[in-house]
Formats: sequence, structure tokens, C-alpha cells
Amino acid sequence: MTVIEQRPPSEQSPVADHLRVVRIKVRRYDPEVDPDANWQTFEVPVEKSDRLIDALHQIKWYQDGSLSFRRSCGHGVCGSDAMRVNGVNRLACKVLVKDLGDEILVEPIKGLPVLKDLIVDMEPFFAAFRAVQPFLVNSGREPTRERLQTAEQRERFDDTTKCIMCAACTTSCPIFWNDEAYFGPQAIVAAHRFIFDSRDEGADERLEILNDKEGVWRCRTTFNCTDACPRGIEITKAIQEVKRALIFRRR
Amino acid sequence: MTTIGVSADAPSRPVIEAPRSRRPSARRTGTNFEMYAWIFMRMSGLLLVFLVLGHLFIMLLLDDGVQRINFGFVAGRWASPFWRTWDLAQLWLAQLHGTNGLRVIINDYAERDGTRFWLKMLLYTSSFLVLLLGTLVIFTFDPEISG
Ligand code: HEM
Ligand code: FES
Repeated sequence: MTVIEQRPPSEQSPVADHLRVVRIKVRRYDPEVDPDANWQTFEVPVEKSDRLIDALHQIKWYQDGSLSFRRSCGHGVCGSDAMRVNGVNRLACKVLVKDLGDEILVEPIKGLPVLKDLIVDMEPFFAAFRAVQPFLVNSGREPTRERLQTAEQRERFDDTTKCIMCAACTTSCPIFWNDEAYFGPQAIVAAHRFIFDSRDEGADERLEILNDKEGVWRCRTTFNCTDACPRGIEITKAIQEVKRALIFRRR
Repeated sequence: MTTIGVSADAPSRPVIEAPRSRRPSARRTGTNFEMYAWIFMRMSGLLLVFLVLGHLFIMLLLDDGVQRINFGFVAGRWASPFWRTWDLAQLWLAQLHGTNGLRVIINDYAERDGTRFWLKMLLYTSSFLVLLLGTLVIFTFDPEISG
């Protein structure tokens, strides 16, 4: 590892009585140091109310500054800190350490190239997102007032507007693990958000994009994405709705 | 009092492969093939529930079950066009259903294009042979063949 100050186990420090010590086993990877990934276990004192992100900060700030992970808002809004925790994708800022047991396994999200430690290259994920045209497609003149829609029309795609693009769903999908060319659940969610928007006119084009070899028909309904979504979006259902729209070509 | 410290575990093989190259994205085919394949899996599956379960019930459970099956038994059933049609439909649906299922699995798991190609060739060849042989037998079955 790089030259970082690491406290050797012999020089252990005392821990306040109200704290609990958990073992956090992190999959470390730094190609500049070692071409292979390896596991490193940290013992971290945590409060009852600590989230996993707090424990990771504890490591980074007090034990090993070389530990790398993304986070920004720290409150489940920006979607930066999706990671594989005890085998399932979670936002480190939304999951409480007390719910994770005494030994916590932390890995980068799976299926995207790992750059360093918990940081992955998100580009393939963003490329799939861009490919479904995730923006309002509308012909004709710019209206002089808002584009109105009824509460029911808004409700139709409400669920899929909640996406924060953390990639927890796409990187929980076994099809995506094996084949990065698959659009993945997030891109389908992004398409769904516009396909079922009454103000949008690009539905046919998006449906056609998702009708192809790497599109919705690769989905095998494993529900991993729905379980992984930190926003509780019913992703598998949204994917099925896109399939149905393709079969019946009606909205 | 509890204590904390850092311990590095013995390096183990990575669980997730290190950075990999991006597979070229698939060409747009512009057809509805995958959609029809998806619908076919559901439709054939529905029919297979009746055909296969009915078949298993007749062959394995009814009367003496599997003990009574011999050349004469098959000849007796196939004297009726109903059972020939049943078996023909079952053969084609199960064969196409299973072949498409395996095609999908190969698409999922074969990483190199060469592997993909040869596995599919093997799949299509073997399933074509089974389909051909089965259909031939159903249409040309001769009850007088036994000497
Ligand atoms: C009992 C009636 C059956 C029903 C209702 C049924 C239904 C289905 C459905 C709906 C799928 C698609 C799964 C998906 O896309 O996620 C499927 C896949 C598959 N089926 Fe069947 N099937 C039946 C019988 C059979 C038989 C007799 C065979 C073998 C000849 C077979 C072999 C396969 C294979 C290999 C797959 C692909 C598995 C996968 O996608 O992971 N099925 N089946
Ligand atoms: S840090 Fe922003 S979603 Fe967790």
C-alpha cells in the first residue's frame, strides 16, 4: 500500500463504552500498487445511529486515508455512494450499521470497471442512459405557458421520476453483470419516465431503441433491481410496462 | 474495554474482474425478433403445462404407469390422429421453447463472440436433428414393423 499512517494492532486505542466495534471488510483495489484486488478488514467503533458512510469516514479520516469511495450529499439524494454491502447494493448513506451485523462486507458495485477501491467507471452506465433519449421530445412551437397535464397523466410516470442514477439497480442485474451491452434497468426506467409522459412525443423512437437485442427483452424478471433501488422505485414493474407498451404499442 | 486496530487480510483473488474492455454495442437489428421470441416463450410455456403434464400423467401414473409402456402401447396410442397431433405439438413446442431458452442463456453467459457462435451452432444443429427425427417418426411410424 502507499505510505499512509496505519496504526498497527499492537498500538490499539481505547474505545468509549457507548460505542460498538464492527469489523468492516473492504475490497481494496489500487492498480498503481497491486494489480490484484484484496480484502482489508478494519475495526471501527460506531454509534447506534451511525450509517455505513459514517463508518467509512471513520476509516478514511482516522485509520487509512487511502481508502477511496464517492459520496457527495450524504443524504440519499445525489446517488454517489452506491456500493455492494453484504452482497446487496445499498447507498452507504442510507443504511444503518446496526442493521448490518458485526462483520460487514463492502465491495464496489458489480459489472462496471473498478478504478480504485469502491470507485467504478460509470461511463458504460451513463452511455446506456444517454442512448434512450432521456429528455423531452416535442415538436411544434414552444408554448407560451407551461405544458399542462392532469394529475392522472402525471401519476402515470411518477414512480420513475424518482431515480437518482446511483446505478444500484443496473449493477444488481445478473444480465448486466455478464453483458455490459444490455441497457440495464436504469436506462429502461429513464425511458419509462418519458414514454409515459403525456407531454412527450418521442415514445415510439425510445420503444424502438429498447425493442432491440440489448433492450427490454433481455430482462428476466429477477427483481434484483427493485430490491436494490434506494428510492423504492418498482423497477421490474416499469420494465414490464415498457414490454407491454411494445407488444400493444399503446400508452 | 474494547479496542480497535487495523488488520490486513491475506490478499485473495478479486471477486470482480478488474477493469475490462467494453464490448462493442450490438448493431440495431430493426426487427421484432426478440419480442416475438419473448411472447413465444410465454405462449408455448402455457401450452406445455397441459401437454407435458398430461403426457407425464398418462405415461407414468395412469393404470400401471411406466410398467405398461412397450411397442404395442405406443402403436396403440399412435393409431389415433389425436395422440399423434398431441405428441407432434409437444415435440415442436418443447423443442423450440428449450432451444430459445438455451439461446438466451448462451447470449447471457458466453463472453467471446467465437464461443457464442459455436455454442449456438451446436445448439441449432442438435435441436434441428431432434426435431427432424421426432417429426419423421411421428409421421412415418409403422405399427407392423415388429417381426
Ligand atoms: C411446464 C411448462 C413450461 C412453462 C410454463 C415454461 C415457461 C417458461 C418461461 C415463461 C420462460 C421464460 C423465462 C424468462 O424469460 O425469464 C422459460 C424459459 C425456459 N424454458 Fe420453459 N417452460 C415450460 C417447459 C419447458 C420445457 C419442457 C423445457 C425444456 C425443453 C423448458 C426449457 C426452458 C429453458 C431452457 C428456458 C430458458 C431459461 C432462462 O431463461 O433462464 N421449459 N420457460
Ligand atoms: S452521498 Fe449522495 S446519495 Fe449518498
